[in-house]
Amino acid sequence: MDARSKLKGWLISPASFIALCICVALATVLQYSVRAFIPGSLDVGGLTLANFTGLTKPIYLEAFVNTLRLSVETTIFSILVAYPLAYALVRVRNRFFKSFILIVSITPLFLGEIVRTYSWIIVLGNNGFINTVLRKLGIIDQPLALMFTHLGVLVALVHVTIPVVVLMLATAISHIDRDYEKAAESLGAGPVRTFLTVTLPLSMPGILASVTTSFAWTFSAFATPQMIGGGRVPTVSTLVYQLGFASMNFPLAASLSIVGLALTAVALMLLGQVTRRMKAFGGH
Amino acid sequence: MKVQTSVAGSADARTAAARAIDARDTAARTAVPRGTTSPKARPRHSQPMWLRIGGPLLITLLLVFVLLPVVVVTLAAFNDKALLTFPPESWSWRWFKRAFTYADFKDGFHASMIVMLWASCLALVIGTGLAVAVKRMTFPGKNLLQAILLSPLVIPHFTVGLGLLILVAQFNIERGYSLVILCHVILVLPFVLRSVYVSMENLDERLEQSAASLGASPVRVLFTITVPLLAPGLFGGWLFAAIMSFSEFTASLFVTTQSTQTLPVAMYNYVREFADPTLAALSVVYIFTTAALLIFANRFLGLGRILNIEDKH
Repeated sequence: MDARSKLKGWLISPASFIALCICVALATVLQYSVRAFIPGSLDVGGLTLANFTGLTKPIYLEAFVNTLRLSVETTIFSILVAYPLAYALVRVRNRFFKSFILIVSITPLFLGEIVRTYSWIIVLGNNGFINTVLRKLGIIDQPLALMFTHLGVLVALVHVTIPVVVLMLATAISHIDRDYEKAAESLGAGPVRTFLTVTLPLSMPGILASVTTSFAWTFSAFATPQMIGGGRVPTVSTLVYQLGFASMNFPLAASLSIVGLALTAVALMLLGQVTRRMKAFGGH
Repeated sequence: MKVQTSVAGSADARTAAARAIDARDTAARTAVPRGTTSPKARPRHSQPMWLRIGGPLLITLLLVFVLLPVVVVTLAAFNDKALLTFPPESWSWRWFKRAFTYADFKDGFHASMIVMLWASCLALVIGTGLAVAVKRMTFPGKNLLQAILLSPLVIPHFTVGLGLLILVAQFNIERGYSLVILCHVILVLPFVLRSVYVSMENLDERLEQSAASLGASPVRVLFTITVPLLAPGLFGGWLFAAIMSFSEFTASLFVTTQSTQTLPVAMYNYVREFADPTLAALSVVYIFTTAALLIFANRFLGLGRILNIEDKH
């Protein structure tokens, strides 16, 4: 027994150390968020709530609105794009096409934010791919403003989120028993009705998981809004970075982070509630 | 108080987040006997014309959207001109040469390799230890510990980075490799944990029990039975952690310095200074290496099975 509890200690303590580091790091952010900022110094002053009241300035409110809007829009669009891909990935019979869809849709997952965002800069820029093609085709005279706009950031964020959503939806779709669909068809339902009343409800667990993940990922995305938004689409993440590294105002950066964290927690808890309701309702 | 709430919140979201990872989980799910691809040749009369044409067309369009940046960045990488124009008027390899000789990229690659190897191996050891303890033993605070360790899945990376940065600044600790490695361990540990959990579910506990009943000490059981049987799942978890660490950017930006900057941070700094296609060339190398690895993994390991997306019915 003694050997066992000794082993237990060895197994648990490194993980406990990491957990402690996470807690201390978050506690530090929390602690800094209620400290006074001393301009020109990295030291902080006494306790204050000024950082939080400072966050009511329009620029910060705009960042919160932008971030939430981008998170919601990205979630919706990435699921709309990813669902057909996931469906094809699971149901296509040809092995070559199956592998092709799989590789094309998940490779971006492993590339990291920088490579993907940089590629989008080349696509969206004023002399970029889209504008050049449209100009050569004579559709536009002036380049479309895609860089440094909400739309540009959104398109790139959707692209960044697609791979993980495809995987999560594909997992859900692969677990659907096809006999239900066949039953619906044999009872006379057309493909649209079968999809809407059988396949879609049965893939709900995957959809809800995708919503949670893509919301949290988009909320914490930094490189994409920073590089494509170029400061003109402020989000929580870009302002935290700016406050930390340009203004060295760590207390304000910390309070912004804390409010962001609280918003994420609330959003995820609401989503958790919805998920539980759906489970209680659908029993799936 | 806020921190507490958020941790509880993340615990709440854990099931969903866990499912997120399950989807990508590279665990050794013992090969599920694959459902026979439906034996009857099915007359597809149930599918109307618009669906038979529209379906593949839609999929093609979506794949074009996913592939567009890759194609465009590849074209840009071979463009001889320093300005990005389409289509390129003349072609050259010179940006690739520059990408491979640029000092910051070489140093960044070096730093990324160091951080990646340390972080993924440490996360693997720590994660496996905890997973074994969680599944086979009881101890106080088990759920809390798991909740905290899984929370980086939903806590923004910039918050983790900022916290660690302020922490070391406050105590005047030098920002060296150990800080970057610690940061990456925190961020990739949840992925390792999920991988090992799933493998543990498929592990027959009786094998461990019989070894113990034959007189093996708990340590011996761990190293001669549990770990070898978990090996495929452990490899999957390690690989995932390694790739995540190698391409992590946001938190790294906060915790690295000039001398420890990882490749993604070096790439970010390059874009801010230069507008030439060197980064496009590096991206092409990055993209094709990754795709080759995945095609290889798909061919020899069966990604569909690893990722748990094979059609079960």
